[in-house]
Amino acid sequence: MLNILGKRYLFFAFSLLLIVPGLVIIAINGLPLSIDFRGGSIVEIEMIKDKAPTSDQIILLYNDMGITDSQIQISQTQTGVIFVIRSSTLDQDKYSQVISNLKKEFDPNLVERRFDTVSPAISQSVTNRAAMAVGIATLAVTLYITFAFRGIPHAFRYGICAILGLVHDILIVISLGAIGCKFFGWQMDSLYLTALLTVIGFSTQDSIVVFDRIRENSPVLRNIPFEKMVNHSIVQSLQRSINTQLMTVDYLLLALALFGGITLREMSVVLIVGLLSGTYSSIFIAAPILVVWENKEWKTWFRKNKPSQA
Amino acid sequence: MNRRLLNLLIIIAIVIVVVLIDFPFLTQQKKDIFKRDLTPILGLDLRGGMQVIMQAPAGFNIDQEVLQETTKILEDRANGLGVSEVVFQVAGNNYILGEFPGLTNTSEVIKVIKQTGLLEWVDVGTDYIQPGTTIKTDYLAGSSPSATSSSQQPTSTPGIDSGAPSILATPQPLEKTYHTILTGSTIASVSVEPPTNPKDGYAIHFALKPEGSTVFSEFTKNNIGKMVAIVLDKKVISSPTIRSQIPNGEGVISGSYPNIFTLEQANNLKVTLHYGSLPVALEIAESRMIGPTLGQASLDKSLLAAVIGFIIVSLFMIIYYRLPGMVAIITVAIFGLITFAVYLLIPVTLTLPGIAGFLLSVGSALDANILQFERFKEELRKGRTLTQSVDLGWNRAWPSIRDSNLATVITSAILFWFGSAFGATIVKGFALTLALGVAVSLFTALFVTRTLLGLIVLKLDNVDKSKWFGL
Repeated sequence: MLNILGKRYLFFAFSLLLIVPGLVIIAINGLPLSIDFRGGSIVEIEMIKDKAPTSDQIILLYNDMGITDSQIQISQTQTGVIFVIRSSTLDQDKYSQVISNLKKEFDPNLVERRFDTVSPAISQSVTNRAAMAVGIATLAVTLYITFAFRGIPHAFRYGICAILGLVHDILIVISLGAIGCKFFGWQMDSLYLTALLTVIGFSTQDSIVVFDRIRENSPVLRNIPFEKMVNHSIVQSLQRSINTQLMTVDYLLLALALFGGITLREMSVVLIVGLLSGTYSSIFIAAPILVVWENKEWKTWFRKNKPSQA
Repeated sequence: MNRRLLNLLIIIAIVIVVVLIDFPFLTQQKKDIFKRDLTPILGLDLRGGMQVIMQAPAGFNIDQEVLQETTKILEDRANGLGVSEVVFQVAGNNYILGEFPGLTNTSEVIKVIKQTGLLEWVDVGTDYIQPGTTIKTDYLAGSSPSATSSSQQPTSTPGIDSGAPSILATPQPLEKTYHTILTGSTIASVSVEPPTNPKDGYAIHFALKPEGSTVFSEFTKNNIGKMVAIVLDKKVISSPTIRSQIPNGEGVISGSYPNIFTLEQANNLKVTLHYGSLPVALEIAESRMIGPTLGQASLDKSLLAAVIGFIIVSLFMIIYYRLPGMVAIITVAIFGLITFAVYLLIPVTLTLPGIAGFLLSVGSALDANILQFERFKEELRKGRTLTQSVDLGWNRAWPSIRDSNLATVITSAILFWFGSAFGATIVKGFALTLALGVAVSLFTALFVTRTLLGLIVLKLDNVDKSKWFGL
């Protein structure tokens, strides 16, 4: 039988390899939060190709109006050019002024696609409460799993390990966001939050399905070592994990890739990686941590010899 | 056998009902039953429009009742301006969320909110101020966010410092900050009065609530011969001279000759005074505008995406799971029909995050089928009969389906609560469609897949299992 758990430290190392670079970028640059969480304005307009200015021209236009912190993202469509302009908070008057200036200088027929403005105060409170909501949801899920697994020893561990798998997925997604910010100018906006919530929902669901197999095998296979039993359970549910992953990811991937638009393309990439991570973490992170916990392997971590493999 | 047939009948009945709800049949009858059109409500991100979150300035404690009242006034005001389908709702402790579907002209929206004036009676002493002039008052000290220190409650100090501004006759009188005696929140009623003689024009009669009357009475007693300006949104409407004490809290606002009010002007002013007297001043904390092109494009693409996604999933399921795969497709189709009917009945506003939540619940519905089929195949491999395998497979798959879905319901309930409390419509839309979808998926997993698969295998006891079940 496939021995997945034997290589568990390899999988932990692999995840760290993905997570650490993103965290380093965040430590240096901070989280690339968008106006949704920081306050500010975002203006999205479309102009026809011949009349579209360069980003420097738009920045200049903003500077002339006294807004010196504008950032421009450009994407091409078949007929035109879409500009996403981020800046500090614009009020309605300022926005109308921006639009009329852009019309005057460049394209009188420009299309106003989007205008969002968020005051720093409200974004702060939304961010705090969002974090709180995720925290409470996490706690509630831990309690529920503990309750649902009460029939087998150490039920509480299953809740904690499911949450650790979830934390792993959140870290992967945040790391991806940071790397995307570094190289492609992404920002963590409300769509990013939606993707993150989707990953959170999927991840717990997936971990519970894998754990369910352990719950089922636990009384039956009482005589074999815990590690073997967990490995056996993972392998048994492997086909389902792969198929569900293919289904859900394929479905979402296609759906969202077709939504189009720069912001949504970011979202679909985040979703694909996050959902893959959700399946990966149930098998290669959450379940192995159960075994690490059962064997209390941390006692051997700081000794010279390699961790013993049961 | 009998139980399964009964279940099948129930499923067919449910499908008929939800199909009637989902598709535009019997539109009139449905309208009679549900008192509204059963058409999908699209969020602003899919149809274009504006969303605004307003809040009272920092430092003002306002209770839920005042917020509700303000919301009502805003709605009346928007309807009065002919802006259709506007929704205002209270979000959490100090926010009001306004949604203006289809409206992308930001200045229209601002007209509803910003111009929805704050009415003030202002002590101007002996300064005559031309109607139409903008002045500063100490109530919120103007609308500029920089002035934060002087936000004192106006009702607490009636008419004692009333003479002060006129003594300090500064060269630029309009830079002066005047004291607000009362605000619109103390108005009890307003009505238009016809002119007593033709030269006078129309007048607006107002009555104050008891607490306002006391303050007004005290003020007018101490300031006979001086002026009180009636100010809407810091703009002077008129500044009559106080001729005598007004003890009963009733008074009249009229223009002064030759600027008398016509009937129409008087009516407009009445409406402004009535609906325009917001109990609190509001600041726009957040606004989002989606142009109609972006909204339509997102909607078209998401519909196309859903169709293509479903075809691919169907192909995969049928190739991999064969006959059960067909059952899964039918089940997921039924799941989709029921979920959509639930969205219509509640009704749920569909947004992009909402669609993401729905897609995730489709994933759950598929997973429930996949879990059952994998267990079903395991039992078949152990050599059990088809009928036994269906039941045993279901028995084994159910705990995992139940627990994983309930955990998702818990998560989305908490996110929904968070979303409603903070006007965070993204989170709310996502959590609502996900929770409903997962609940429906629990039902279809529990009921539909098992029933259909159980009925089909009854007829198929001697077939090639590898061909029919992908063993």
